[in-house]
Amino acid sequence: MFKNYDELNDMQIDLLREIGNIGAGNAATALATILNEKVEMSVPNVRITGFDDTILELGGAEKMTVGVLVNFSGEANGMIMFLLNLDDANALMGNLFGEEQKNDELNELQLSAIKEIGNILGSSYINSIAMLTGLRIEVSVPYLSIDMVGAIMSVPIIEFGSIGDKLMFIEENFIGETEELKSNIVMFAEIDTLKTIMEKLGIEI
Amino acid sequence: MNQSLTVGISDYKYSKELDILVTYALGSCVGVCLYDKTTKVGGLSHIMLPDSKKFDTKDINRMKFADTAIRDLVKELDNLCLGRSRFIAKIAGGAQMFEVQPGSKIGGIGERNIVSVKKVLNELRIPIISEDIGLNYGRTQYFDLATGIMKIKATNRGIKDY
Repeated sequence: MFKNYDELNDMQIDLLREIGNIGAGNAATALATILNEKVEMSVPNVRITGFDDTILELGGAEKMTVGVLVNFSGEANGMIMFLLNLDDANALMGNLFGEEQKNDELNELQLSAIKEIGNILGSSYINSIAMLTGLRIEVSVPYLSIDMVGAIMSVPIIEFGSIGDKLMFIEENFIGETEELKSNIVMFAEIDTLKTIMEKLGIEI
Repeated sequence: MNQSLTVGISDYKYSKELDILVTYALGSCVGVCLYDKTTKVGGLSHIMLPDSKKFDTKDINRMKFADTAIRDLVKELDNLCLGRSRFIAKIAGGAQMFEVQPGSKIGGIGERNIVSVKKVLNELRIPIISEDIGLNYGRTQYFDLATGIMKIKATNRGIKDY
């Protein structure tokens, strides 16, 4: 029985990769519908790393990033984070609203559009896990922050890093037809939630 | 001397050389600079959580928590100063990165970190002489041991000296 993220065995990690595949696959379909463009998804990575390496893997501490956070709770607890480079977010909004971005400032309408995209992605990810496992999971409203990725990621790091010095997250990239769509979706879950999911799916814990 | 030492998350560094200590992109975490002006000995601690007491004490990283990290760092600095030193503190961070609903469990962690840091420093009789804390944005914190100046770089806000 694992107590820390770094005690997960290969079979359990394979299962998490499959969950990431299903969750983000669903999210990619939703994203393609919103943007009316083909969206491809990378192979999911299950990362078990230290706190500083987590931030390094997501672009480096000071990289300016738009982050949308969705919490999930109920019979499974965790967070989904949708991350987009600030530059790419500007270009993406230009595409979506069909106008030239005049400056680097995203306006209110664009901010709420990005928030809503994060919301739809997070919800489709979690819905697919709920369907797969039969667990009752509620999803929060989306929250948005534009800042250095290290500062944004301090939130899940604090939430899931209280025990031990390693985090587990499932990460994958979306790649669209247009370059700007390159973005990440990252899922964090509590240790007990990983156990619950594995029990439901008949994997030994 | 004069090298730059990077302090990670749940980490501290200290030195008696004239180094620059830096910790990048503090969000809800709190960075605590401690400094003795006479000897120019100082340290920087990147604190992630307020209190170690609710966790199994055998198994924790003491550099992660305000109550353990600050006390340990003070001991290390005391050793470097060879005795009774007069430390001052400068602190930064403890932001609320997302505007969550009141009562949400991820809300308020930055604030709780700040409260705990201040309580521990008060118990150790170390005065906080400047701070750049709270609000809703990330900060990179530099601490120059030659001058005792803390520099804070924040997005769209330039660099401020403390």
